[in-house]
Amino acid sequence: MESVDLLYKGIYILVIFGITLLIATYSTYFERKIAAFIQDRVGPNRAGPAGLMQPLADAGKLFFKEDFIPAKANKALFIIGPGIAMLVATMSSAVIPFGDMLLIGGREIYLQAIEVNIGVLYVFGVVSLGVYGLMIGGWASNNKFSLLGAIRAASQNISYELAMGLTLIAVLMLSGSLSLREIAEQQHGFNWNIWYQPLGFIIFLVCSFAETNRTPFDLPESEAELIGGYHTEYGSMKLGMYLFAEYINIFVASAVMSTLYFGAYNFPFMDNLRQAFTDPVLGNNVVTLVGVAAMFTKIFLFIFFFMWVRWTLPRFRYDQLMKLGWQILIPLAILNIILTGGGVLLKDYLF
Amino acid sequence: MEPLSNRRKQLEKKEMTFAERAYLPAIAQGLGITIKHFFKKKATVQYPEQTRERSDVWRGLHVLKRDENGAERCTACGLCAVACPAEAITMTAGERVKGEEHLYREEKYAVTYEVNMLRCIFCGLCEEACPKAAIFLQDDKLAPARYERDEFIYGKDRLVEPLKTTETK
Repeated sequence: MESVDLLYKGIYILVIFGITLLIATYSTYFERKIAAFIQDRVGPNRAGPAGLMQPLADAGKLFFKEDFIPAKANKALFIIGPGIAMLVATMSSAVIPFGDMLLIGGREIYLQAIEVNIGVLYVFGVVSLGVYGLMIGGWASNNKFSLLGAIRAASQNISYELAMGLTLIAVLMLSGSLSLREIAEQQHGFNWNIWYQPLGFIIFLVCSFAETNRTPFDLPESEAELIGGYHTEYGSMKLGMYLFAEYINIFVASAVMSTLYFGAYNFPFMDNLRQAFTDPVLGNNVVTLVGVAAMFTKIFLFIFFFMWVRWTLPRFRYDQLMKLGWQILIPLAILNIILTGGGVLLKDYLF
Repeated sequence: MEPLSNRRKQLEKKEMTFAERAYLPAIAQGLGITIKHFFKKKATVQYPEQTRERSDVWRGLHVLKRDENGAERCTACGLCAVACPAEAITMTAGERVKGEEHLYREEKYAVTYEVNMLRCIFCGLCEEACPKAAIFLQDDKLAPARYERDEFIYGKDRLVEPLKTTETK
């Protein structure tokens, strides 16, 4: 690779990292705002204009709180736990194509940190590692409630990842590729996967909720039975890291759902917009930038949906959660594979 | 068993329909309800900037009134203390000496006058009992929160209406 390309990649990775952190930071603010609005309240509005400095105030508070480690805890693992959660969460946004290609000075610049032909597998692999953070944190606290929360998190993640993987297979049967960029390109214009995979999308959506430990599947932290679940013993910024990792996971899950089902950076009438410019370079760049905006709009809508659901639905009971995962979602996902396979065969036969 | 009232209802447990079992329509309905609240008017009162409006007959912090010449109206008759169901009011009476006519309206006056805000139930019986229209519960002031118990015993220094600067000579 040329040094210019390396430099560009370095900058791009830093930018994506920054955007991920920024969105996660302000997710905490919007979570509180949306919660307040749904409950007929106003929400944070004192720190800065419209309360926009609230995340900074929260972070400041967390940093200055006492950093407590229980006496009987496994110290090294106790400290590593939130670090793993955070590291794994920030890693997965690397393969997501946030936009198409920009043409600058005759150079093609792809708006994606690393283009790998197994992008989907990478995301799934990295996301499933996230449970190690929770598991280690829960175990190292040396607290039975934390351990119970961690076990719940682990078994829940495994159960729902199965259904998630199975729905993904249906998408891959349509696209014939594991590369996220190729999947995105195949949904050019308004040819989104959601039209072909409505059932698959619903299963994927439910599983994403379980994967990110969000309500109604936030069993690992159910405060009524488990005090705080896997992070019972955590305080100060270590707790902050866990909560922050959750918000990054929401961002990544939203990005993956937008890419797989909602056409990533594609938007309707993009070809018409491209033809409206006489200069092909300018046309391409404008379409790409609008595409980036489209991608982020989709992501924000999903993040909003995550929060909207949180303030609507009550938490599942644990046996109901497991029953939903194993007895309903996995058979439905297999049914979805069969239907998709039938559809693909039928299409080949008819056309 | 004979029904005790005619309000008994025969309930039957119906088999759930597919839409009910699928759970998603109910979720969509719930989401609809919460998003409606998203756009509703907020009930919050933005406290330091806005204050909640109180009724005209709302009873707040006590005040000991002065008359039009700036003299204290209270004659330490003790009717308010008698009327007080919570026994929050105590006072000691004194005799006005020569040269204090501008301070006290009548010959007798309250040397000390204390209201224990921890006991007071803000019933307003003291202002009804007062024959001299001296004590009132203000409709715009709260008895503020404090840290120490003895700070809740309000003496004359905090009860007597301050002199209006235009009326002092």
